[in-house]
Amino acid sequence: MIFSDPEIWAATLSMAVPLALPAIGGTFSERTGVVNIAMEGIMLIGAFFAVTFSYWTGSAWLGLLAALICGGLTAAALAWGAIRVSADQTVLGMGINIFAAGLTTFLLNTLFGFNGTPINTPKLPDISIPGLDKIPYIGVIFQNQSILVYIMVVLVIISHWFLFHTRLGLRMRSVGEHPLAADTLGINVWRIRYFGVILSGLFSALGGAYLSIGVLNGFTPNMTNGRGYIALAAMIFGKWTPLGSFGAALIFGFSTALGIVLQGQGISSNLLQMIPYALTILALAGLVGRAVAPAADGIPYDPRRS
Amino acid sequence: MEIVDLKKWFPGVKANDGVNLTLRAGEVHAILGENGAGKSTLMKMIYGLLEPTSGEIRFMGKAVHFRSPREAIHAGIGMVHQHFMLIPALTVAENVVLGDEPGRIKFNRKEAERRVRDLSEKYRLAIDPTAKVADLSVGLQQRVEILKAFYRKAKLIILDEPTALLTPQETRELFAIIHGLKADGVPVLFISHKLDEVLEISDRVTVMRAGKTVETVETAGATPQSLANLMVGREVVLRVEKNAAHPGEPILKIHDLHVRDSGRIERVKGVNLELRRGEILGLAGIDGNGQFELADAIAGLIKAEQGHIIFDGHDITRLTPAERTERGIAYVPQDRQADGLVLSFDLVENTILRDFRKRPFAKNGVIDRAAAASYTERLIREFDVRPPDASRKASELSGGNQQKVILAREVSRDPLMLIAAQPTRGLDVGAIEGIHRQLVRLRDEGKGVLLVSLELEEILSLSDRIAVIHDGRIVAIVPGAHATREQIGLLMAGSHGHSEVSMS
Repeated sequence: MIFSDPEIWAATLSMAVPLALPAIGGTFSERTGVVNIAMEGIMLIGAFFAVTFSYWTGSAWLGLLAALICGGLTAAALAWGAIRVSADQTVLGMGINIFAAGLTTFLLNTLFGFNGTPINTPKLPDISIPGLDKIPYIGVIFQNQSILVYIMVVLVIISHWFLFHTRLGLRMRSVGEHPLAADTLGINVWRIRYFGVILSGLFSALGGAYLSIGVLNGFTPNMTNGRGYIALAAMIFGKWTPLGSFGAALIFGFSTALGIVLQGQGISSNLLQMIPYALTILALAGLVGRAVAPAADGIPYDPRRS
Repeated sequence: MEIVDLKKWFPGVKANDGVNLTLRAGEVHAILGENGAGKSTLMKMIYGLLEPTSGEIRFMGKAVHFRSPREAIHAGIGMVHQHFMLIPALTVAENVVLGDEPGRIKFNRKEAERRVRDLSEKYRLAIDPTAKVADLSVGLQQRVEILKAFYRKAKLIILDEPTALLTPQETRELFAIIHGLKADGVPVLFISHKLDEVLEISDRVTVMRAGKTVETVETAGATPQSLANLMVGREVVLRVEKNAAHPGEPILKIHDLHVRDSGRIERVKGVNLELRRGEILGLAGIDGNGQFELADAIAGLIKAEQGHIIFDGHDITRLTPAERTERGIAYVPQDRQADGLVLSFDLVENTILRDFRKRPFAKNGVIDRAAAASYTERLIREFDVRPPDASRKASELSGGNQQKVILAREVSRDPLMLIAAQPTRGLDVGAIEGIHRQLVRLRDEGKGVLLVSLELEEILSLSDRIAVIHDGRIVAIVPGAHATREQIGLLMAGSHGHSEVSMS
């Protein structure tokens, strides 16, 4: 029976990382009131610069740092457009996605030629936690997973605690619900929104880097393959909470893993590959439990007008 | 607090042009003025949202210049906004402490709830700190706002139009709270355009007109008439003058009407109602009890789920809004800016919205602008729309003049029935007077008038009969002449009326 095979759960966890991270990032952005659909583009940028700097410096960790910086900067640009000049956030996000796809493909060809990124690019280590790997069954799931898998688990818990149990988290949520009310209490709405959006850029870039230097050690054009959009669905599915986003990412991750496992069982792989996308449509259509977005999500805040 | 010759000029507008005011310790001081008199500009300057052009605000003996609400709060000014500044998704405690939360990095929820509980006991503002604000009634939400002010150690409370959204019972509770504050020596600045409330609650009244403070008087020596005259700057007729009604045949009959709103929630749950020619039927109710859905359903803007609407002897339940208009239904919707007017259109286009397809406004599908304009100019004269300029966009008019345009358009089509939903909402004494006179005139001409209003005073002063709606059902119909505020207020609150009122 395939479900009793720990390998499928290991694959589920692995597949969930590049969904959960941007989904939590999106949660931070939207909780402060900025719609972020640019996770896909920021992931691509993160993935590309992670590989590039990993190769140039010879250190995967410096590659990861570069990914975070570039993802943060891209998010900062989105934030500036959405917050400072009150641009339409959906159009901005779409613009960044298209820009990122073009930029990374162009730079890939320009910097590395048509053979793609070098095969000797360093990648982040896979590790097993001593002790944990001794536990039967569970141990197999956590055997030789990328270090980013563990980092993700920690980030999920910290994010949830941060958003719902800290003062800053409370302020972020208040800004996303009723910015004018927050403003009259002396909370700097714009600063909090910049913080939320840039945080979402860091998480998305981390998710992108996982693909390029966590699982693999190379970059291919459009390697995120729509994961940023599925992450968007995971965020909504998870009702704009980090724990919920993680849970939804696990469901999507499982359906992907299931597709891979069932390929050898005579079921059309094309059909199985549809599962995560079909679930995404159901989630976005609000069919899987109604989710309520933050009240001021997507609405620019201009204190002069109120 | 003392305000000396405060001015705020915007390009082309002198919003405040000489405001003088002295607030004594422990007094309830009312600021009374029409809409556009400059009350909210004054409030925004006191609260640090706007910077004065010239003049001075002194607080606790020192001149202050607040550049943000944060500075005003810090100095001890507590503001309860007309539109609450609350976050529905958060709890009472979270709303109160927001911006000044206990804890270092972690938010100390228990401590926040304890502090809010202490405050609510100290100021006798009973409330559950763990309740979600979205689940609270409007009156309780207002308490949260007041608690917010005290949490920030307010030495002065400003209440901006605090009763606008309250039921009569809630208003009474608020007044009890204000009396309590006064007893504790907290000065209260009470902003309002409602004469009776100002007379009831305040010690002194400062009247504002056209950006200036006109006069400050002791409330004890003031009458509604004297204050109204100061506000408007001329003799105003406060009482609606009307003769006895001569109701005729029913013009509208509603049988077992059920209506759902856009969210598929049933809002009207089996209404039976009859409106006669030559009468004003007031529909009283607390906001959200289905009155506006009922009005929309009669006008045809939302479909009836079940039941029948008989108008002038014909079943119109399945007719489109345009067909109903043709049969003589006129409608003044409650949201004049969203549903009553096209704000970006000029007055000519707005006045022919109902009839633009027909002669004389259109010939062979082409609009005859000259004919429409001369019609509009006639209406502007008859209804005293200001400024008298048909080429103005509707958005450039004040609320009162926008309402006059809507009323002019609807009434001049010579309808058989008018549905007026909140026809005077947010308007000032002078404009209200004109609109009320129009409604009575229609009645006297033998039309049926259905007046839907959240203002109990308005219902009581105009209606020949009063129907009370609660939770989508008509719970009582009483003759207007004998109705009292208390009686209707209790009916509006449903069978679970507040016990303290029934005892009194």
